Amino acid sequence: MWLYLVRRMVLAIAIVAVAVTLLFTMIHMVPGDPATIMLGPRATPELREALRLRLGLDEPFVVQVGSFFLSVLTGDLGIDIVRDQPVADIVLRQLPYTVALVLSAIGWATLVGIPLGCFSAIRRNSLADKLIAVLSVSFIAIPYFVISIYTLLIFAVMLQWFPAIGVGEQGDIGSQIRHLVLPAFAVGISWVGYIARMVRASMLEVLGESHVRTARAFGLSEWRITFRYALPIAVLPTVTILGVGIGYLISSAVFAEIVFSRPGIGSLIYEAVGQRNYPVVMGGVLITTVLFVVSTTIADLVNAALDPRIREKL
Amino acid sequence: MAATETTPITKPRLPGSFEIAFRLLLANPLGLFGLCAVVLIVLTVILAPWLAPYDPIRIMVGPRLAPPSLDHFLGTDQLGRDVFSRVLVGGRIALLVALASIGAALTLGLALGLAAGFGPRWLDNAIMLLFDTVRSFPVVIFGLATVTVVGPSLATIIFIVVVTSIPTFGRVARTQTMAIRNDEFIVAETAMGAGAPRIVAVHILPNIIGPLLILASMDIPVVITIEAGLSFLGVGVPPPAPSWGSILSDGFSYIRNTPWPVIAGGIPLILTTLAFTFLGEALRDIFDPKLRKDA
Amino acid sequence: MPADKHDGILQIRDLSLAFRTPAGRLKVLRDISLDLGRGRILGIVGESGCGKSTLISTVMRLLPANAEVTHGEILFNGNDLLRKSEAEMRALRGGRISMVFQDPMTSLNPVLSIGRQMIDIQHRERRSLREKRERAADMLARVGIPDATSRLSAYPHQFSGGMRQRIAIAMALMAEPDLLIADEPTTALDATLEVQIVGLLERLQEDFGCSIIFVTHHLGVVAELCQDVVVMYAGEVAESGSVRDVFHRPAHPYTEMLLRSDPGRIHERTRQLPTIPGEIPSLIDLPEGCVFRPRCPKAFDRCFVAPPAYEAGHDHHATCHLLARETVA
Repeated sequence: MWLYLVRRMVLAIAIVAVAVTLLFTMIHMVPGDPATIMLGPRATPELREALRLRLGLDEPFVVQVGSFFLSVLTGDLGIDIVRDQPVADIVLRQLPYTVALVLSAIGWATLVGIPLGCFSAIRRNSLADKLIAVLSVSFIAIPYFVISIYTLLIFAVMLQWFPAIGVGEQGDIGSQIRHLVLPAFAVGISWVGYIARMVRASMLEVLGESHVRTARAFGLSEWRITFRYALPIAVLPTVTILGVGIGYLISSAVFAEIVFSRPGIGSLIYEAVGQRNYPVVMGGVLITTVLFVVSTTIADLVNAALDPRIREKL
Repeated sequence: MAATETTPITKPRLPGSFEIAFRLLLANPLGLFGLCAVVLIVLTVILAPWLAPYDPIRIMVGPRLAPPSLDHFLGTDQLGRDVFSRVLVGGRIALLVALASIGAALTLGLALGLAAGFGPRWLDNAIMLLFDTVRSFPVVIFGLATVTVVGPSLATIIFIVVVTSIPTFGRVARTQTMAIRNDEFIVAETAMGAGAPRIVAVHILPNIIGPLLILASMDIPVVITIEAGLSFLGVGVPPPAPSWGSILSDGFSYIRNTPWPVIAGGIPLILTTLAFTFLGEALRDIFDPKLRKDA
Repeated sequence: MPADKHDGILQIRDLSLAFRTPAGRLKVLRDISLDLGRGRILGIVGESGCGKSTLISTVMRLLPANAEVTHGEILFNGNDLLRKSEAEMRALRGGRISMVFQDPMTSLNPVLSIGRQMIDIQHRERRSLREKRERAADMLARVGIPDATSRLSAYPHQFSGGMRQRIAIAMALMAEPDLLIADEPTTALDATLEVQIVGLLERLQEDFGCSIIFVTHHLGVVAELCQDVVVMYAGEVAESGSVRDVFHRPAHPYTEMLLRSDPGRIHERTRQLPTIPGEIPSLIDLPEGCVFRPRCPKAFDRCFVAPPAYEAGHDHHATCHLLARETVA
């Protein structure tokens, strides 16, 4: 168990390290001096030199990467050159909004997707099953930002059921939840399709396994077989995918945050890209990579909790 | 009683596998819809320059943000440009990016997957770490970061898509290679002195190219989404080129005044991704149901 | 002996079953008849694909959706199982009829503990959870699982194959069924374990007094364990009777060849294992007349007409025209 966690951490750090190094390399491969790009061509040479010193750009490449890692370990992600604040503070301030969005999206998608998948598996090839299948594929295929825009158009602009932009009043939970509904709906709906499809497929597979036949041969009710004997096994692959999915959800969260004008990691990075604010881009990328690795690890641990065979191997 | 009479063995003519596949596709309503829509979309896109009634880029003096009319089937945008013409030409960009980048990603992914599956253990580990790293970046974040550094252009978009889709192809190529490389006939050939290039070319490639092509067809809507998404964020195809994403982005600014540009920019995206997805799924179900798990 | 017949626990009469497949109707079972006496052990033998497993799935009514019983009846305690509702069947399964499956590695739920599964199958008993637990531990001890009480919380993968099959037997006997169906319970085990499991079944059958259908392709096990045997070929009963009659005076050429090719019976050192030449016929396109004719060394012109079940002795039948020739001659 501990060995597993350690191994997992090492892999996570390796991935983050490779990611950051790649980003650094890319910045360095660009023709021209990052300080010039950041400040624009009209900046004075003194100003540029000051920024270079501040960002450590005059150090050799390896030293830059190394010192970046060292400071990351101490919780220092550098200084936001536009706002002149520590990047770590800015990122941490935006993080809760993104996490709330991602978790509520995945939450409702799971709550709806798993029962839909079970239903489809039990009533396979029925009209309802086929309808669910077509809708699932459609919502997976339609680009998530189109879903966000159309959600906004239909429910906020035309029907005006929910507020269109922002996160709501500070301290007013009700208002914040109302502001969360549309983005969470838009981000989660394709995951309803994903989860329903996955659960249906693995449910069908599990229902065909011979231990299910054993359970039937002992006269257990179909209800019990489906939900107690088959579902715990059938959700295992879905849990794994969800872990990976939370990482990908950040992609759709970027769009949802921009479309619904919400603060969050996505809009932070988007804004920083426009300003060529490298330290913030770097910090944002780092935090999303960490989020991704954390969520896949949690998914593995949940899997282990559900499956004694995996539990033993850890 | 005719004891010597043997039961006649009649063998029905076996239809070719392509014929079976085509018949199965026709029997699958969604697949058929996908096929027809894809054919229609491709034709429209090829003929776009002749079909488009106006210049998609030139700013016009006519009405701005006009609703659909006989003059402008899908209305006009904030600069008075004909949205219908922009949508038609935008399809060219979407499909061009999809073709170019999937071709490149397939080739590179295949090469890396073969190397990982056939090469030494350390190489496999290194390539897999690379794949895992790329996959741990959300595509959009990677795209935004890349554009910050190298600036937006058609080439940048293709680069982003290629890099992020290589792992998809690479992983499947690797899994399939590994599954085949230990087959008895390949072990036997190696023992008889066949070199790696021969084994790859004669045995492994023909076995893995099918699944990869199906994967490629299923990747088309994904790539179209990425291109449109980045263009929507303003970091994709630079203006004034009419990407579907930029049409949406332009329209989004005026969503409270008029929904037409947003609807006009979104519908072709939805139709195209649906069409390619339905076709790709049908093809996969027909040719390789196992792929469902790998991908 | 005849008393057993009238007191039969299970009688199958002219059972025919087909699978609807895209390639056509697969006539998997054709005119199967057999009798199982109370407290007796019946072996069903035949090559893979002869319909043994389908036959017992039909008895349990656990058939895939594309299966269709076209004819016949299955009388259990005098009631036709094929006429029972699904709810009535469910009440029988794991109650009066229970089953042990072939592969102990996959026949138990991997994510639920043994204890949980053994408690769950007592769903019909009006007992407290504690009593159910005790009863489960009790059964485990009876099938020879050491340290039974503490092993209840273990998961299937923590047991060896032989142990898992013991657990499966414990589960099957827990409800004290009238009929235990064992579907190749020893096929996945090695020879030593097979002997142990067969011994265990033999002992438990004496204790519980249930009837057993034992499906296998291992003739040695049938000789060891069973009193009666049914030899199946390509979805039909080729020969049936007491083990002594069938094994010592086989009346069907197929039985004869099966006995000759059984590795357990070959004492002389032979260079080559005798096998039965040819393949099981396609169940879609059956050969005309006797199904074994294409592979039968003794086939003659009459074999183009399907043979009925001829009497070869007391309660000993075989579907082969050779018997008719002998009686006529």
